[in-house]
Amino acid sequence: MSEETINSRNTTAVVEAGLAKRYARERRFRLMGVAAVSVSVAFLAFLLISIFAKGIPAFKTTYVKLDITLDQKALRLPEQPSLQDLSRGRYDSAIKKSLLAQFPEVTSRKEKRALYKLVSSYASRQVADALVANPDLLNTTASIWVLADDEVAALARNADYTQNKKDAGTELIRTQIEQLRAEDRIDIRFNWLFFQRGDSREPEAAGIKGAIMGSLYTLMVTLMLSFPIGVAAAVYLEEFAPKNRLTDIIEVNINNLAAVPSIVFGLLGVAVFINFFHLPRSAPLVGGIVLSLMTLPTIIIASRAALKSVPPSIADAALGLGASKIQTITHHVLPLAMPGILTGTIIGMAQALGESAPLLMIGMVAFIVDVPAGVTDPATVLPVQVYLWSDSPERAFTERTSAAIMVLLVFLILMNALAVLLRKQFERRW
Amino acid sequence: MPLSNSLLIILAIALSGFFMARHRANTVALANGGTAKLHSLPLYYGYLAGIWALVPALLLLAFWGAAENTIIDRSVMSLVPTEISQQGGSQMALLLNQVKNVAAGAVDPTADDMLQASMVSRMQALQGTSLLAKSALAIILAICGAVWALKNINPEYRARVKVEGFVRIAMLLCASVAVLTTLGIVLSVLFESVRFFGKVPISEFMLGTHWSPQTSIRADQVASEGSFGAIPLFAGTMLISAIALIVAVPIGLMSAIYLTEYAKPQVRSFAKPAMEILAGIPTVVYGFFAALTVAPALRGWGETIGLSVSSESALAAGLVMGVMIIPFVSSLSDDVLNAVPQTMRDGSLGLGATKSETIRQVVIPAALPGIVGGVLLAASRAIGETMIVVMAAGLAANMTVNPLEAVTTVTVQIVTLLTGDQEFDSAKTLAAFALGLMLFVTTLILNVIALHVVRKYREQYE
Repeated sequence: MSEETINSRNTTAVVEAGLAKRYARERRFRLMGVAAVSVSVAFLAFLLISIFAKGIPAFKTTYVKLDITLDQKALRLPEQPSLQDLSRGRYDSAIKKSLLAQFPEVTSRKEKRALYKLVSSYASRQVADALVANPDLLNTTASIWVLADDEVAALARNADYTQNKKDAGTELIRTQIEQLRAEDRIDIRFNWLFFQRGDSREPEAAGIKGAIMGSLYTLMVTLMLSFPIGVAAAVYLEEFAPKNRLTDIIEVNINNLAAVPSIVFGLLGVAVFINFFHLPRSAPLVGGIVLSLMTLPTIIIASRAALKSVPPSIADAALGLGASKIQTITHHVLPLAMPGILTGTIIGMAQALGESAPLLMIGMVAFIVDVPAGVTDPATVLPVQVYLWSDSPERAFTERTSAAIMVLLVFLILMNALAVLLRKQFERRW
Repeated sequence: MPLSNSLLIILAIALSGFFMARHRANTVALANGGTAKLHSLPLYYGYLAGIWALVPALLLLAFWGAAENTIIDRSVMSLVPTEISQQGGSQMALLLNQVKNVAAGAVDPTADDMLQASMVSRMQALQGTSLLAKSALAIILAICGAVWALKNINPEYRARVKVEGFVRIAMLLCASVAVLTTLGIVLSVLFESVRFFGKVPISEFMLGTHWSPQTSIRADQVASEGSFGAIPLFAGTMLISAIALIVAVPIGLMSAIYLTEYAKPQVRSFAKPAMEILAGIPTVVYGFFAALTVAPALRGWGETIGLSVSSESALAAGLVMGVMIIPFVSSLSDDVLNAVPQTMRDGSLGLGATKSETIRQVVIPAALPGIVGGVLLAASRAIGETMIVVMAAGLAANMTVNPLEAVTTVTVQIVTLLTGDQEFDSAKTLAAFALGLMLFVTTLILNVIALHVVRKYREQYE
């Protein structure tokens, strides 16, 4: 037996001896990989489930039917009230009277005060709306469904966090709810108000329409600025820019700008657009400008990639037939790159929709009840509304925060789905 | 006539200029024997007329608008008698502001204030004249431009070249918006920071260890002066970012390794979109989750094992931020790992190494520069992240390395200093810009290094 074979036998033995250990290590390593991926997926699932579980109750709201005596004199309305008079009237005392009539056993002052809190302060508005819709109700006793207070609503649907509350006041409300329920005066309905109203101090009457419209106006401004500028910049850098220092600087700049923290764009917004150009604070106009500067790098980078993927043979053919450079690009290269450009733009818009930090800086955090009607009206946006509500101690606001997050996520999913669809439908592999 | 109307008129002039020029070019072409005899297609003559009508008029409006306010203000302020104007700048600014509000109809005029009334009436008169003059001039300019373009139509006129030259310049301007943005950020942050360092010495800001920016509201108040030592903020930012990176780097890297080297296509097609969803969730949602679910849970667990966990602990914010960065680290590492040539893996596997040995001893060392670049980018992201810390970390400027205590960060302080109503000139607001400068410079350095490292790494294997 030669020396070599002995050595190789030894080597084989050494390798075989260590093999079990090495395979075990291989399995452990693989398991770590599986664990890492599962951690992310599990967190995602946990996050979504916890938010959905919290948010779903907000889509239900509780109404109470009250028999309200709408006496023209008691309401201090004029003799022949116009619709405007009816809509401006105050109906709080009539509502209080009807509550007292409903529960004649309530006599003590403390109990009365608790009783008045059974319905939301928004109920007065609802009575006014009912009167405007049907002025004949005046001087009759009308049965009107009004919004219940948020805590009463939680008790009425027996929310889990109310089950341990056993104090006297809560018990009284429970019996009152049971009485109302026995008379079919309690109804749990879908919360349309949530989509029809702006912000409110009362959680049961707070809605996200103001925030949705604010987001819409902001995104509109963002899109109108960042899409044309982004595409033009991408075309210039990809097709025209001479290789020199200036274009180098622009390139490095765009890459760096994509990684600048969003809050710094907010500082830019305050210093330049609000303090220097005196644009209105809290307006979607300024928010849109700031967000468009922020999404510009995303759009430019995506558009350049899309332009680069169009084969040069197409441009060569057009140029060979005598088209000018700009004709070649606008007639041939851009249309072929458009699906990619649009995908990038939609992804940029989705980022802008979820962004909130720079908007805090420019004052889009104000408490705004009115639904904005233009780009210069004070407004807030969906993610900032989430931030505002998350600070409120009321449990009902936590539910509404989660519900607003659900709406935000639905919009984001729709936008991303559209981007995926565009890519699948129109992307061409050359 | 409001400004929007004159804008509409100018737009209409441009549009009709376009159609008339195109029509005229067609007629000229017919007279000369067909479109082929023109230098450019008739469409380009139309475009040129539109550009000539629109661009000079809009430029005029823009420059006029920029200049008119200062001129009007100066003229109105000249009405103020000297005894009042000697009272100082802030008094005058207040007066001017009042006059502006009254003139705009936002505020009712103060009764019996003759000076204010005369100033308001002059301001309104000047504003009216200015509006009329600039609208008229702009409209005349638009008409002149369109007519000039119409006159120039002849077969030799190189309309297409001119239009394309204009388009090129417009595109160059669009491309330089990115540079202007950077310039704007640097200038605005720097300018306000210099003003801040005029009030608070830079050494106190950079080296001080006490942060409480509550300046007194009235001059005679006894309250503290406010101190601006930013070290606790830097420490807090580092602590939370470190926690985030400790979570994100191993998990993100391992996920990337698993997904690129091991996972079956079915697993990939499920796990990759999940990662992308994680990356697409708005940060405010993470913040909400950190503040309302993770922080109370940590506090609860801490209590059961006898630890006191602050309800705004650095740990909660850091953990959730870490999860937020996982997809970022993972997708960057993914690119980097894919760039390692297959031949290197094959060589190692051919020598009998197991897959994990190949990854650990060949692929990762080869990909290390790229991975480091990715980690640096992730760090810059963690430092600049705002919403999670605003919602889940506190305002208490503690200097601690204990992750169970509450700390505050640079971004949290910027938000708290700048939201709410206060004077723009106070040290408190200006401090936000100084912090912003620090943030911008730090993240810029990290980004530049990271992008450089990643690019060098890519070139190595290309």
